[in-house]
Amino acid sequence: MTLTAPRPRVTVAVFPGTWSERDFAHVARAVLGWEARLVWHTETDLVAPDAVILPGGFAHGDHLRTGAIARFSPIMSAVEAFASAGGPVIGSCNGFQILAEAGLLPGALMRNEHLEFRCDWQTLRVESSSSSPAWLGELKDGEVVRLPISHGEGRYVADPATLDELEAAGRVVLRYADADGRVTDDANPNGSDRGIAGIVNERGNVLGLMPHPERASEAEVGGTDGLRLFHSLERWLQARPAVAERRL
Amino acid sequence: MRWLAEVHVALRGGIADPEGQTIGSALRSLGYDSVGEVRSGKLMRITFEADDHAAAEAEVAEMCRRLLANPVMETASWELRSDEPIGEGAALP
Repeated sequence: MTLTAPRPRVTVAVFPGTWSERDFAHVARAVLGWEARLVWHTETDLVAPDAVILPGGFAHGDHLRTGAIARFSPIMSAVEAFASAGGPVIGSCNGFQILAEAGLLPGALMRNEHLEFRCDWQTLRVESSSSSPAWLGELKDGEVVRLPISHGEGRYVADPATLDELEAAGRVVLRYADADGRVTDDANPNGSDRGIAGIVNERGNVLGLMPHPERASEAEVGGTDGLRLFHSLERWLQARPAVAERRL
Repeated sequence: MRWLAEVHVALRGGIADPEGQTIGSALRSLGYDSVGEVRSGKLMRITFEADDHAAAEAEVAEMCRRLLANPVMETASWELRSDEPIGEGAALP
């Protein structure tokens, strides 16, 4: 008897104003061969996913503050429960902003220091990848990856004590850096504290990052570094006995 | 009774305010040489019902804590006053 590896199944949350859900679903289905389900923000059932994706965009028009209204959407209670049970959750761009507003990740994302919307390729240095085996298991500390950014409000801020705590615990996992991996002011596209581009929760299952891995998952659109986050997830899911049993 | 709260949301001291800085430099370029620091913020006028002043205060405080300000980078303050119409039958002839 041969057992085929179960296909990962992801749920992509969609809020009014979300714009990256189809890109994530495309990568999941067409590039990776996964199952992907788009779930509207008023739903409270995530439909038993292996992982949850909070995509980029402008949920609820970014009114008041980015993510401030989305965090109260009914689906967020289910996302919080999924995350607290250890389920892998990734929030990219607006998804990161929502995770921060929901308190699933510390700190906040504010208007870019130069007040410009920045849409560009960005080099990032990977750090503490072992803090998040689910999302970064296939990445190496110190390596430089290239992902697109596309945001007007990506300046990560937190009080110095929180920043120290995050760094000490290895929870800062991506920093804006130059092509040689140096974290400098020039390489920082939005004025984020300490060049922070991505952080994880204490348990490592919730990742928030401003860049867009789903936009760097096919060579024909300019790069495939983003795909490595999804490959990390796939490998992590396959190694997780509970999931393997349930899916066989 | 009906209340009107004017809620001011301001950035905490020490949080960079590029919008305020840009407004400040625009004012200086218009010739207002003495303009120093400018801090930007938000003003929200909210009408709502509460039994008395204490209940209204408590309600606004909760709104601020739950939604209107993010304590990571903002503070909220407010002024509260009655929003009841004054007198009855005040329609003009």
